[in-house]
Amino acid sequence: MSGSYLSGIFGSSPVKPLQEHMEKVVSCVCELIPFTRAVLTRDAEGRDQCHQKIIALEKEADALKKELRLRLPSSLFMPIDRRDVLEVLTMQDLVAGGARDVAGLINGRGMVMPDSMAASYKALVQRCVDACTQAHISIRELDELIETGFGKVERERVGGLLVELDEIEQDTDEQQITLRNELFELENELHPVNVMFLYKVIENTGGIADRAQRVGSRLQLMLAR
Amino acid sequence: MEFSLWYLGLAAAFGLFMAWGIGANDVANAMATSVGSKALTIKQAILVAAVFEFAGAFLAGGQVTSTIRKGIIDASQVESNPELLIFGMLAALLAAAVWLLIASRKGWPVSTTHSIVGAIVGFAAVGIGVESVHWAKVGTIAASWVVSPVMSGFLAFFIFMSVQKLILSTDDPLKNARKYVPFYIFAVGFILALVTLLKGLKHIGLDLSTGESVAVAFASGIVTMGIGIVAIKRIKIDPDQDVDFRFTNVEKIFGVLMVFTACGMAFAHGSNDVANAIGPVAAIVSIVKTGVVAQKSSLATWILLLGAIGIVLGLATYGWRVIRTVGRNITELTPSRGFAAELAAASTVVIASGTGIPISTTHTLVGAVLGVGIARGIGALNLRVVRNIMLSWIITLPAGGILAILFFFLLKGIFYTGPVI
Repeated sequence: MSGSYLSGIFGSSPVKPLQEHMEKVVSCVCELIPFTRAVLTRDAEGRDQCHQKIIALEKEADALKKELRLRLPSSLFMPIDRRDVLEVLTMQDLVAGGARDVAGLINGRGMVMPDSMAASYKALVQRCVDACTQAHISIRELDELIETGFGKVERERVGGLLVELDEIEQDTDEQQITLRNELFELENELHPVNVMFLYKVIENTGGIADRAQRVGSRLQLMLAR
Repeated sequence: MEFSLWYLGLAAAFGLFMAWGIGANDVANAMATSVGSKALTIKQAILVAAVFEFAGAFLAGGQVTSTIRKGIIDASQVESNPELLIFGMLAALLAAAVWLLIASRKGWPVSTTHSIVGAIVGFAAVGIGVESVHWAKVGTIAASWVVSPVMSGFLAFFIFMSVQKLILSTDDPLKNARKYVPFYIFAVGFILALVTLLKGLKHIGLDLSTGESVAVAFASGIVTMGIGIVAIKRIKIDPDQDVDFRFTNVEKIFGVLMVFTACGMAFAHGSNDVANAIGPVAAIVSIVKTGVVAQKSSLATWILLLGAIGIVLGLATYGWRVIRTVGRNITELTPSRGFAAELAAASTVVIASGTGIPISTTHTLVGAVLGVGIARGIGALNLRVVRNIMLSWIITLPAGGILAILFFFLLKGIFYTGPVI
């Protein structure tokens, strides 16, 4: 009917799919906690199961990413820049990819975390998950941002959330330094190849928080426009 | 005239059919935003549409009707042959109806207003003579088709910005919504009443001076506001609903506002679009009754009534289904922006109705929605569809015109009894 063309002008907003993608990413990263627990308790079977779960969740996130990309034709007129949306999406996806890489690295080599590093590493993983959760909380503000037409109060609120995200990311930087120091102390006792890969695990794990922070930076760009 | 009764019967039938089509199709565009944002249920929307389309058509439809009836064609050119004008107006109605039927089958976004104006200009320019068209007036009308969406876009932009400043982007949106929403409700009542009264309600025996009109409009604004305040008081605020989305309760208050703007929208639509159906009928009736092309005779009330009834009939038989379908597809528009778009569009349309300019309600609404979008208030707008809607009149004008020319010569061939020209 000719009456129905009015509804055609409303495109599908990328906000909900973007938030759903981030939710999936966070659930993927969260699996690192039971995974790390299994690694530290030398529970090979549990570690394997968690690894599989992480791979599956990462794949699901990837599918959501592709779906959203297809739904964003350039003829859409949005309050947020299309490029920013796509970059936030890519960044979010990299977060899940980071979790998958860490789990893959550890599981693939059947790596064992030295007991003296266990507490610090567990703390680092927890803080990385915190960073992702914080990024998710910020992304969840997007619909409120649009509701208020990117009003000042709401922008400041999101700005506050992003400051917290930065702080969490800084925590993880410090935790990485501590961990590297602890590993350095152990270097002589461990096999050199294992040492090399442990450094890599520390770096990659910290990288997850780094990427979560970059999700936030992209969001900040959306606000600034 | 030999076929007087025929002419009257055909005119009434075609006019009623056009009005039916407007009710069946076009009303949906005016009402769907309210249904989509869940400010109204389908049943409420139909009730609102029926009452306010009727009121708009009957109370404020006279100005545009008179433009369609005698503003586009210079009737002095056909004084010796008034029958030609009858054929033309019948042909225009038929052409517009056929074109709309084709377009709705194909899902093309065409407007009733553009079809009928194109048809009248078409038959007049070809059937009577190029000089018989008031080109200046046609130019004004065509310009208004560009100006009206732009104007309602600007209005919507500023209305939404004010909502943002006063309510949404504050520390306590809920409190501010309760405080300021009644004023927007006042604006709805005031503007609609003012424009309607200023243009006169002589045909129902109400003749007020400008001062009296403003006073009555102000009073009607106050009354509307009062009803709104009561309705807002009765809204149940449930903080639990704000967990996921912090503006759920604020939107409920805007929902009340949107009931009023929906009424305004239906009123505005009725006031502007009824003319598309009954303008030509009015022209035919006055010629048949007087035997001459009377430029001065006033519009018979029963013709307005015919149009108003036709619209409501269309709504009741078919339009409610279209409203439901369109409403279901518009989910992105929450009441806080739906109202801004509707208030802007309704104000623009009633002003056009008061000035006697036939414009497209849908285009005006699309312009308003874009205005809210530019204020960063809507998740995503499909610019390609917007462009198609906005450009549709470029095709509709010649299509309506050509069809009208065909029907004109057909009718002339069947009924013409006057001197050979």
